Amino acid sequence: MHGFALIVRRDLRLALRRKGDVLNVLVFFLVVASLFPLGVGPEPDQLRAMAAGVAWVAALLAAVISLPRLFAADLADGTLEQLLLSPQPLAVVVLAKIAAHWLCTGLPLALVAPLIGLQYGLPADALAILLASLLLGTPVLSLLGAAGAALTLGVRGAGALAGLLLLPLYVPALVFGAGAVTAAMSGLDPSAYLALLGALLAVSSLVGPWAACAALRIALD
Amino acid sequence: MKPDLFRYAAPQAFFPVAGKLIPWFSVLAGVLALIGLYIAFFVAPTDFQQGEAYRIIFIHVPAAWMSMFIYLVMAGWAGMGLALNTRLSGMMASALAPTGAMFTFIALWSGALWGKPTWGTYWVWDARLTSELILLFLYLGFIALKGAIADPVRADRAGAVLALLGAVNVPIIYFSVQWWNTLHQGSSINLMAAPTMAATMLAGMLVMALAAWMYGVAATLARLRNIILERERDADWVRLQRSAA
Repeated sequence: MHGFALIVRRDLRLALRRKGDVLNVLVFFLVVASLFPLGVGPEPDQLRAMAAGVAWVAALLAAVISLPRLFAADLADGTLEQLLLSPQPLAVVVLAKIAAHWLCTGLPLALVAPLIGLQYGLPADALAILLASLLLGTPVLSLLGAAGAALTLGVRGAGALAGLLLLPLYVPALVFGAGAVTAAMSGLDPSAYLALLGALLAVSSLVGPWAACAALRIALD
Repeated sequence: MKPDLFRYAAPQAFFPVAGKLIPWFSVLAGVLALIGLYIAFFVAPTDFQQGEAYRIIFIHVPAAWMSMFIYLVMAGWAGMGLALNTRLSGMMASALAPTGAMFTFIALWSGALWGKPTWGTYWVWDARLTSELILLFLYLGFIALKGAIADPVRADRAGAVLALLGAVNVPIIYFSVQWWNTLHQGSSINLMAAPTMAATMLAGMLVMALAAWMYGVAATLARLRNIILERERDADWVRLQRSAA
C-alpha cells in the first residue's frame, strides 16, 4: 500500500512538472467536441441528440492519445525496469500507474465534459448523468488502456497502433456511457446503464491490470 | 508404446505432417463446397419473400460462423502458447488470423450485397452487422500488433495477451451492441425474427460451413508452413531441405 501511494505521488508530481502534457489532452478533448457542430451544422435539436455520443467519442480519442505517456517515459529513463525488479508485486505498480493516469486525464476530462454538454444544449439532469457516466467510465479507459500501452511499448508507431487495439475494446463503455445520457434525456431511468458501466469497471479492473502486467513482462523480457 | 503427440509441438516435426494434411483438407473442402453449392442452387427452394437473392445466405452464414469460431481457436492457441511456452502455438495463431479476418470480411461484404435487394440499403447498423465489424477490427489489431513487433517471440506473446483480452471482451461487446440496438430500435430493421427455414436450406448451410472449415484448416496449415520456414530459415533442417530441393 505504501508503494502504491509512493508511485501515485511520484507520477502526479511528474505530471505537475509538465503541465502541458495534461492540458494538451484536455484541450484536444474540447477541440474534437467543438468540431462536430462545424461538420454537421448548428441545429440545436440535432446537436442535443448527438451530445452524449460526441462527448464520449471525444473522451475515447483523448484517452487513446494520452496513453503513450503511461509507460514510455519510464521505459526511456530506465525507471520501468527498476519498478519491475523492485520487491513490490508488479500488479501494485501497474494499478498505481493506472490510478495516477486516471487522476491526470480521466478525472479532469470528466469534470470538463459538462461544459461540452452546455455547448450542445443538454438539460441540467442530463449534464449530471453525463458527468456520472464519465466518472464511472473513464477508469475503464485507463484500465484497459494500460494493457494497450504496455503491449505497444517501444513499438514503432505505438500511438496509432494503441488506438487500433483499444478503440474496439472501448465499445461497451461508449455504448453504456452515451446510452445513460440518451436514456435520461428521453425520460427513462439511466440507472441500468450506470450499473452496467459499474460492472464493466469491475471486470476491467481484473482484466486490464492482468494484461498490462503480462505485456510489461513480455516487453522487458 | 504410446505415440508421442507432443513431439509435433516442435515446428520441425510438424512441418512435414502439415504438408501431408493440406491436400486432404483441400480436397475435402472442394468436394464439400461442390455438394453445398449444388444444394444451394438446385435443391433448396426459392424463398417466397426474398426470391433468389436469399441464396447468398449459403456464403454469408458459414463465413460469419467461421469468423467467430476462428477467433476463439486463435485465442485458444495463443493462450496455450502463453501457458506452455510452445513456439508452434504462436505460429498457429499468426497463421489463423488472416483466414479469420478474410471470413469476417466475406461475411460483411456478402451481408452488404444481400442487404441491397432485401432492405434497399447496403448497410444497416444492425446488432449482428455491427459486432461483425468490430470483430474485423479486433482481427486487424491482432495482425497489426504482430506485424509491428520485430522479435517473433515477443510478437507471439504480446499477440497472445491481446487475443485473450479480445476473447474476454467479445461477449461483452456483443452484449453491449445488442443493448445499443434495442435502445435505437426505431431506426433499424429487426433481423432477429427469422422465418422458419426449410430443412434443405439448413443442410446446404451446414455443408457449406463444413467446406469453409476444411478450407480454413488447409489455408492455415499452408500459411503455417511458410511461417515455420521463415522463422527457422537458419536452422539446419531447413538448410538441408533447401539444398535437397
